[in-house]
Amino acid sequence: MLTEFSHVFAFVILAIIFIAGGLVTSKLLRPKNPNKLKLASYECGEDAIGGSWVKFNIRYYVVALIFILFDVEILFLFPWALVFKPMGWLAVAEMFTFIGILVVGYIYVWAKGDLDWARPKPFVARLQDVVQVNTLKVTVGSEELESVG
Amino acid sequence: MLVTSVDTLFNWARLSSLWQMSFGLACCAIEMMSTAASHYDMMRFGVIPRPSPRQSDVIIISGTVTLKMATRIKMLYEQMADPKYVISMGNCSNCGGPYWEYGYHVLRGVDRIIPVDVYVPGCPPRPEALLEGLMRLQEKVREQGKAVDLEV
Repeated sequence: MLTEFSHVFAFVILAIIFIAGGLVTSKLLRPKNPNKLKLASYECGEDAIGGSWVKFNIRYYVVALIFILFDVEILFLFPWALVFKPMGWLAVAEMFTFIGILVVGYIYVWAKGDLDWARPKPFVARLQDVVQVNTLKVTVGSEELESVG
Repeated sequence: MLVTSVDTLFNWARLSSLWQMSFGLACCAIEMMSTAASHYDMMRFGVIPRPSPRQSDVIIISGTVTLKMATRIKMLYEQMADPKYVISMGNCSNCGGPYWEYGYHVLRGVDRIIPVDVYVPGCPPRPEALLEGLMRLQEKVREQGKAVDLEV
């Protein structure tokens, strides 16, 4: 018995057949003459330097996430601008509430320092910061050595 | 008979979608660009400029091949997917052109590094000439892999 969701399943099967069929057919038909230059990574005709597995700074993630947040906000502003006139002051109040919530988030991000690219090094507590350090004076012969104990 | 029909089909498919590697070298590249623009409309022949050699079938050497560029051209040609075709556009890439005698920095013809299918003469060739070259290449692709009738 076909339920509504089985149509989705049919689409999934069709999509797999369609893509796999294209890939297999082209695999069978295409000429295959690989050589060292052809298999090299494309770098506009230059010799590629280094691998393509480059590490990206993790800070891109935070910035991208914040960007998407405000991008979506702009997205919501467009339909709002269309219904702005018939809805009147209610629309203004609604949108300002919405933006207000986002502004709070913006201020939070700003205060946390996530918008600064060059952030100060995080404070890592060392033993000396936690434990009270006593300075012992040890005398060896005539010389006075300072040691931490 | 069947093999011939399949060959005809493949050749037709290849000549109808000669994707071109967008690659300009000198003043001929300006003519190539205007060939691709709306007035001459290269796209009606199925020639679409592609940004990568992996996706392209034909490379149009449009201009002066300096020795510095020659190694890059060789590399780009090698990185194109088979089957691949070459159009040499303009006198510079055909034979060195005005740099033939005293050009200390110019390769005397791009056919010294890669095999050329069609030569388009001119300095620079008009867009019509490049279109003619493209159509000649299409005729060549149409006949490829077939036995040639030699008229004795």
